[in-house]
Amino acid sequence: MDVISQWFLDLYETTGINLTIVYDAYDRQRFLSGLGMTVYLSLVCILISIAIGIVGAWAQGSPLRVVRGLVNGFVVLFRNTPPLVQIFFFYFGLGQILPRIEDADGMRVPLLTNVQWAIVSLSLFAGAFNVEIFRSGIEAVPRTTTEAAEALGYTRFGIYRHILLPLALRICLPSLNNNLVNLLKTTTLAYAIAVPETLYVSKQIWTDSQNVPVMMIVLLCVYTTLVGILVFIMHRWEKALAIPGYGQGAAR
Amino acid sequence: MAVLLPHKPPAPSRWRVPRLRFVHLVGFVGLSLVVGGGAFAQANGARLSALEVIWKWSPLLLSGFGFNILMSVLAMALGTAAGILLGLAQIGENRTLRSLAWGATQFFRNAPWLVLLFFAMFMIPFQFRLFGYTVPFPDWVKAVIGFSLPVMANMSEIVRGAVASLPSGQWEAAESLAFSRRQTLWMIILPQCVKRMLPPWMNLYSLITMATVQASIVGVSEMLTLTAQVHAAEGGRPDLLAPLYGFAMLCFFVYCYPIERFTLYLERRFQLNQ
Amino acid sequence: MTETSIVPPASPPGDNGWTPDQPLVRLVDVRKSFGQLEVLKGVSMDVAKGEAVCIIGPSGSGKSTLIRCINALVPIDAGTIRVEGQEVNDPDLDKLALRRKVGMVFQQYNLFPHRTALQNVMMAPVHVLKQDKGEVEARARALMAKVRLSGKENAYPGELSGGQQQRVAIARALAMRPDVMLFDEVTAALDPETVKEVLLTIRELAEEGMTCILVTHEMGFAREVADHIYFTDAGLIVEHGPPATFFSDPRDPRTRAFLGQIL
Repeated sequence: MDVISQWFLDLYETTGINLTIVYDAYDRQRFLSGLGMTVYLSLVCILISIAIGIVGAWAQGSPLRVVRGLVNGFVVLFRNTPPLVQIFFFYFGLGQILPRIEDADGMRVPLLTNVQWAIVSLSLFAGAFNVEIFRSGIEAVPRTTTEAAEALGYTRFGIYRHILLPLALRICLPSLNNNLVNLLKTTTLAYAIAVPETLYVSKQIWTDSQNVPVMMIVLLCVYTTLVGILVFIMHRWEKALAIPGYGQGAAR
Repeated sequence: MAVLLPHKPPAPSRWRVPRLRFVHLVGFVGLSLVVGGGAFAQANGARLSALEVIWKWSPLLLSGFGFNILMSVLAMALGTAAGILLGLAQIGENRTLRSLAWGATQFFRNAPWLVLLFFAMFMIPFQFRLFGYTVPFPDWVKAVIGFSLPVMANMSEIVRGAVASLPSGQWEAAESLAFSRRQTLWMIILPQCVKRMLPPWMNLYSLITMATVQASIVGVSEMLTLTAQVHAAEGGRPDLLAPLYGFAMLCFFVYCYPIERFTLYLERRFQLNQ
Repeated sequence: MTETSIVPPASPPGDNGWTPDQPLVRLVDVRKSFGQLEVLKGVSMDVAKGEAVCIIGPSGSGKSTLIRCINALVPIDAGTIRVEGQEVNDPDLDKLALRRKVGMVFQQYNLFPHRTALQNVMMAPVHVLKQDKGEVEARARALMAKVRLSGKENAYPGELSGGQQQRVAIARALAMRPDVMLFDEVTAALDPETVKEVLLTIRELAEEGMTCILVTHEMGFAREVADHIYFTDAGLIVEHGPPATFFSDPRDPRTRAFLGQIL
């Protein structure tokens, strides 16, 4: 470790490339925790937003007009307003109105922390897109396939769970992939409410160390790598789900 | 640009449904604002209600929103022009150029927009010296450049995708008629692609418009910055935050929702005509 | 009755007073409209247990709608449909109980493309009837053998030919141990070579005593296999009778015109 640190110190002295996040233990710790926060935010929001998508798409097929209207309203509203304003609306707007609770030390603290609000608003934002994505996948499943399931005695829920969802998922994986990548990138907006994710800690580091250009390159590389990993996982999943004789062409 | 024009006027019945739903939604959002504002007005009789505050400051807030629109239009124009060039390079014959263009596209497409914005803010100097003149580069111009970077990358992919989605028979047919590659691209392939590129391009515009509020993070005073200032000017009342941010959401919604509907309409019409 | 037999033991008389000597399926004056278009204008027919019935007629005469009404895929506007004495048009109908009794095979096979052939056969008994998986699997393998598809258990529908897929679809319907099977133009989408293998499977079923209602264009098959032929035209049953008299001595001019075109 010392050898590596020394090498990067030398690099700084000879070339001016100041990678404090490698040779300085404090900066390294800060940066890694920021990276961890980004990964945590992304994973939690991906899972919640997929759940929102699955439940929302199911509710969109509801026989009740009110339910359909509410889901459509949610989707349309969250797709057509800036995610940053959504975060502010939740964190500043709702966060101020909601009652405060007492924590373990008897202090009055907000009901949700900034991290939790970031998770709520980012999940809802990505979830609204996921509802649309799953809906379009469900629409691509031929009506006759669901009719066959109906003739075998499946209930509406059984059809959704055993036939529509597995098929729709395979059809809409490419769009889902895009949206999840987008979600990963959107987690940077949590910066605005002081969630210590990668961008936030990077700004702290470049303010302290005056190495803006270096940290910029690092940031871009980090996100490119994270997106690359996510895309890789999604492609592996896509392959694992692939069915012989049922391709993109056959899905239509 | 004749291909952009509808071949036939859209059926009126088709438009009635979205319009109705649109009005309903605006009404819903507006109503919740009114109800919310009214509730607070009753609670604090002496102070202005949320609605009155919004009304009082709406000229300022709307001018801020206009600035967001201006930034989005400029970023879109800049990004589209650069993106078309990059996209054409991606499908060009020069191998080196092609892989360079591909790399640039992927890089800027995968970077978070906010990071690219920071990138532009910090990496572009605040002024240029050109032929002895000093050309200033105010923050908002740098922000426009920052927003145009992801537009460029996405536009490049849209161009590449549209060209790739055309059946190869079109290339073969043109080649058999002795068109050169350049002629084929400009006279046969690209005119057909315009129609395919329009929906994703409009979608991209909607996204960049909504992204312009991020400029407030790097200190450009657009609508969100003004909203925070209005809130401070009204004494920083916590109950005003939700209505004020709600108003910002409403402005963007009113602007972006019709774009989304029109995009959907174009997509459907394109699918029908296929 | 052996375990591999596809014909289930006769259901005990239900609380609706139905006994096996009464018609298994009884339609009385069934009417159905889609918007302005009246597709069924009062159709009545009886199908006895163990009988194979063919419904023939020109396209658009309401054959497919008729067969879909029997398992409540299409709700009817007026009239009664009874399956084993159970009123199908009853809003309180237990659809699961009905669909357990009535198996259906479609023109487009409609297998579930994300499951293997064997899984397609097993899915409904396991998911819908909550039967034991091991027991269902044994039955499903026997059914795959019955439709001559042993060895194709792990193939996905996309890897099978049309005729093979259709036979899996038949096995899938049989796995629910239905009392009556509905076949909706099951050979219409197939290549001429594969039509034969599917018809052979159906013929075996009918000969083993399964109650079958078929909508078909295969006149030769109808003549050989059916116990009774119904001829529909413009939403009405114009003529019916056993195949011998129906084909050799059609009385209605519409039947004659139709048979003249086909044969």
